[in-house]
Formats: sequence, structure tokens, C-alpha cells
Amino acid sequence: MIDVLAELEGNIGAVGYGLAAIGPGIGVGIVWAAYIQATARQPESAGLTRTYAFLGAALSEALALIGLVAPFIYG
Amino acid sequence: MTSSASALASVLAAEGSGGDDGFQAPTVEEFYPEPIAEFDIFGIAFEITRITLIMWIATAVMIALMVAAVRKPSIVPGKMQFIGESGYSLIRDGMARDVIGPKGLPFAPFLSALFFFILANNAMSIIPFAQISPMSKFAFPLVLAVIVWIIYNWVGIREQGAGRYFKDAAIPPGVPIGALILVTPIELLQVFVIRPFTLAVRLFANMFAGHMLLAVFSLGTVYLLTVGNFSIIWSPFAFLMALAMTFFELLVIVLQAYVFTVLTATYLNGAVEPAH
Repeated sequence: MIDVLAELEGNIGAVGYGLAAIGPGIGVGIVWAAYIQATARQPESAGLTRTYAFLGAALSEALALIGLVAPFIYG
Repeated sequence: MTSSASALASVLAAEGSGGDDGFQAPTVEEFYPEPIAEFDIFGIAFEITRITLIMWIATAVMIALMVAAVRKPSIVPGKMQFIGESGYSLIRDGMARDVIGPKGLPFAPFLSALFFFILANNAMSIIPFAQISPMSKFAFPLVLAVIVWIIYNWVGIREQGAGRYFKDAAIPPGVPIGALILVTPIELLQVFVIRPFTLAVRLFANMFAGHMLLAVFSLGTVYLLTVGNFSIIWSPFAFLMALAMTFFELLVIVLQAYVFTVLTATYLNGAVEPAH
């Protein structure tokens, strides 16, 4: 018999979402940092690169959104 | 050591689970209000709830504003016409023309309808007496995402031909042969599954979380006021937080409507222009 030192109550999905949000958080940060840097270096390219910034952010954010729905699907 | 730790854990667990008199956090039940009217059409059950009503009102108000804006068009625009025209040109110039390109102008009415519909519905999450956005029910953003999905695939097939469109989606030009093992499944999954899925979930999750956040702090304010003893001094802080979150929600409302529309424009761009 193992002594229970601490007990967690509630839904493990909350922890899962926290883990799932780490990677996309870093990813979205990198995408927008690169966009800001590109715009600061070459302001006239802002319109051109905005599309790619949104595409990149949407793609990396997808992982966090999948992480959000996974607990509902498997819960 | 072990016994004291487990004693602490059991105390914390008892605190956490709470009794009947503890703070009642808002639950998902918020999003399932009692239906106002119920009826059957061909065996399909329909329920008109508060949220459906809110969507009708939001849409009606948006249509009324737009009609008022273009009712008496003049060379020197009045206040309403100015607001309507700058709103429309924001979408037409900023998205249809700049993101999609010269072929994008025919999509300007669709994109602006999408933007203003989402904006009006999102705004309902902070407007008093409504205070819940229809977009925080998954069905509403899902239908929008499915419409967008059908349109960009249809446009892609129409503009590039079915063979070319599906070939470009599966095998992006300029990718080395060896990398295709990885790229092809990811690209196919991304274009046909992940795009509509994330479009719907992004809008839904933002409005859902925003409503829950506001509900937690508003209920917290009332709870701290009524619980008695010294807790009352914390109530104003909860209220200030609810106020701050309302302004944050305002930002999210406009941002998510913009992001949904700009991503739709980006996907349409990929469908209109063959990849090079």
C-alpha cells in the first residue's frame, strides 16, 4: 500500500491543456517576433509578410486548439 | 512528516471541493439556457433559446446599421455613411485587395459580410442584458467555418481546375522528392481538415473563455460582498478585474473577427492564385 502524499482533484484535461499550450505559445511568439523584426527592418514589406505571419501563427496555434478539444473528446 | 503532509493534503482537498455554502464557480450550464420555444419541422427538433434570439437581434441591428449607412448616399458622406464606408473599405482594401490581390475584389462583399456578422455577434458578449456571444456555442462558428471551407475549395477548383488544385495541395511545388513523405500528409491534413477545424475552434474558444472569465470575476464580486466578515474588502478588486477583463474582451471581440476574416482571405488567396 502506497501512502498518498498529495491528491489532485478535478479534471486532468486542464493539466493537459497547460502542457499543450507551451509549444504553440513559443511558436506563435516566434512568428510574431519575426514579423515585427521584418517590419522594423523593412517597413514597406509589412503588407507583403502579414499574410505569411497570419498563416504561420494559425498553423502553430492549431496545436493548442487541438489540445483544447482533446479533453472533451477523450474525457 | 508523512502524516502531517497527508493531513495538509486532506485539508486542502476539503477546502477545494467546497461545501454548499462555498463559492459556486460558473459551469458549462451557462451555455445551455432554457428554450423559449420548441417545435418540430419534418421530425427535426428545433429549440429557440436566449442565444438564438441574441444572434437574431445582433444580425438585425447590423443589417439596420448598414442599411442606414447607404440609405441616402451622397458625394459628401454624412456620419452614418462615413462609418459604413470606412468599415467596408477597411475590408475591401485591407483584405480583399491587399491579401488576395487583384482577383480578390469580387470577394469583398463576402469578406465584409463575414467580418461584420462575426463582429456583431461577438460584441454581444459584453453588451448588457445579452452578455453571451452566440459564437461561444460551437455550432455557430462551425457553420461559418464550413461555409468558408466550401467556398475556398470551390473557388480553387473553379480557378485552377480540380486536378491542378488537388495536386498542388498534395505536392507543393519546389519541395524535394524525399521530403514529400512528410510534407504531403501534413499539407493534405492542413488544407482539408485543420483549416476549417481551427477556424471554428479559434473563434469558439476565445468567446467561450472570455465569457467564463467575465462570469468568474462577476460572480466572485457578488460572492465576496455577501459572504460576510472581512472578505468584503476584496470585493472591489474582483470588480476591478471584471471591469479590466471587459476591456480585454472588447479587444478580443474585434481581433477574433479580424483574424477569422483575414484567414479566410488568406485561404481564398491560396485558392485563387496557383502556387508558384
